Amino acid sequence: MGEKFLRVNDLHVHFPTDDGLVKAVDGLSFDLEKGTTLGIVGESGSGKSVTSLAIMGLHRHSRARVSGEIWLDDVNLLEIEDEELRSLRGRKMAMIFQDPLSAMHPYYTVGKQLTEAITVHHKVSKADARRTVVDMLGRVGIPNPNRRFDQYPHEFSGGMRQRAMIAMALINDPELLIADEPTTALDVTVQAQILDLMRSLQDEFGSAIIMITHDLGVVAEIADDVLVMYGGKCVEYAELDDAFHQPDHPYTWGLMTSMPRLDRDRQERLVPVAGNPPSLINVPPGCAFHPRCAFREYSPLPCDSVVPELLQSYPKHDSRCHIPVPKRAELFSEQIAPKL
Amino acid sequence: MSLLEVTDLAKYFPTYNQKLVRREGDPIKAVDGVTFSLDPGETLGVVGESGCGKSTAGRTILRLLEPTGGTITFDGRDVTTIDGEDLRKLRRQAQMVFQDPYGSLNPRHPIGAIIAAPFVIQDIQPPGGVKHAVQELMERVGLNPEHYNRYPHEFSGGQRQRIGVARAIALKPKLIVCDEPVSALDVSIQAQVINLLEDIQAEQNLAYVFIAHDLSVVRHISDRVLVMYLGKMMELADREALYERPMHPYTRALMSAVPVPEPRRTRERILLTGDLPSPQNPPSGCVFRTRCPIATDLCAEKVPEWREIEPHHRVACHYPKVREVV
Repeated sequence: MGEKFLRVNDLHVHFPTDDGLVKAVDGLSFDLEKGTTLGIVGESGSGKSVTSLAIMGLHRHSRARVSGEIWLDDVNLLEIEDEELRSLRGRKMAMIFQDPLSAMHPYYTVGKQLTEAITVHHKVSKADARRTVVDMLGRVGIPNPNRRFDQYPHEFSGGMRQRAMIAMALINDPELLIADEPTTALDVTVQAQILDLMRSLQDEFGSAIIMITHDLGVVAEIADDVLVMYGGKCVEYAELDDAFHQPDHPYTWGLMTSMPRLDRDRQERLVPVAGNPPSLINVPPGCAFHPRCAFREYSPLPCDSVVPELLQSYPKHDSRCHIPVPKRAELFSEQIAPKL
Repeated sequence: MSLLEVTDLAKYFPTYNQKLVRREGDPIKAVDGVTFSLDPGETLGVVGESGCGKSTAGRTILRLLEPTGGTITFDGRDVTTIDGEDLRKLRRQAQMVFQDPYGSLNPRHPIGAIIAAPFVIQDIQPPGGVKHAVQELMERVGLNPEHYNRYPHEFSGGQRQRIGVARAIALKPKLIVCDEPVSALDVSIQAQVINLLEDIQAEQNLAYVFIAHDLSVVRHISDRVLVMYLGKMMELADREALYERPMHPYTRALMSAVPVPEPRRTRERILLTGDLPSPQNPPSGCVFRTRCPIATDLCAEKVPEWREIEPHHRVACHYPKVREVV
């Protein structure tokens, strides 16, 4: 068991708005070791991107109210000064954004933007910086890196741009890499290349990775641990194999049965999760998932008024549901597993 | 008789070089030589990477884009060049559901007006009046009919896609081209919309051309599947045949790249290197050869023929992977 490298403890991110308080993240805790990958899964509005922005300190000087603790090694990121945070950001921790076209500056060449990522943190000559950048562009699989260095983002294709973003994030060998839907906008063929790339870079640098995605297939490919979010809260947190083979929360079940799968026989009919994702201004009382939950009747407690705690159901496997654990295991094996 | 016959369909977009004198350059061959037929009540899935021409093909079939070449026969009638009143009448029979549920609904119109638009445009009085018909449609697609006067921004992505479906089925068409109808939706919502599309198809004997890049979704909903690459057809086969015995190396590469929600599964992955070549300057011979793991000199010289290798299983490849005869 390695050392916990990142520890997030009771993180809250709230946004006051005219319509009320939006609790985008509401009491989230997890930790991460070096060389491992945490997959955060959830639908739009579940708070997964807001979490990553909080770790990077990108809610500072906004309206967001952030509380809790985020420990990176022995530094609480929520308490340090801006200056100190800036020296960590991009060097010790880095982020890959979902949309590389809007995350890059259209007026500057790709090379210039990557060079800046180095010179902000290190005193190096221009020629050295260029060498490092060209080398990194080559390592992420961009052909002709020396020529590409002087091109603008619009001259790159989607996959190439995403590689350039990854190169920018990795240029200072960060120990923590947060990837927010890095492959969502890409074709499967390019996605496979990018995932392979991230895996091999992790082997090389031993970075810790947080992979934020809504695609369970991507999670199964790359993650060691899985955290499922719903309505700003963690509803299930487990090691990869457990999360897929013994999922323990009705929402996770719903995600699994609603997905057509290439590796199984074709189902006659998909089993969707009923209803719509909750509005964060008006999160349903009690368990946020209860209006969409197909298994409420098995709960001994009123799901619409009592908020379930995140409790350990199995070793290293937490979930947030009132239904007793043995009952959930039975429901899963009898009703859900045959549909998968 | 088939409902839709598309023969050798082509759509080229002209390009211009920016020299002193504006001159037409090589056209972008977005769709080049697409041929298929579709029976009533059938679903044809069209897959391929972005830029392969699948959306252009869908739009050209509905005459939202003017075809450069080829013929489109709908219900036994050549509709390739019809216009005016004839084209408007075609729209009663052939409709479209768009990818972006945010961009395809006018934000200034209440959804009642959006769903009623087909009746108004086609000047059709449904029995019981337009409002009644719209509310029935809303109910059919799982929306609350009381929300008739609400505006698109008040709905979530999945609900908006339902509005798009209601509008498309308003005139009881025979064909709907669905262009990535679920790719903008959350996983838990995707299944709702897919089930809705399947139910409506069963009720009304609708035919779908279902364009998507998600191979698992396409397998779920399609009877037959067409694989496109750089504007050309690579493989066309029945669903089972295509997914169980893909013959074209591109199809096999696509399938092997799909991430499967099964941890630690080891499987052969055919990694395609590089990106899609420019459709303005496609490779000689087989357009896929620059990324193909089994390409030879022949592939650069000769365009592979579109051959039927097994019944209903057609491939454009010099070296298709054919089942071994024992």
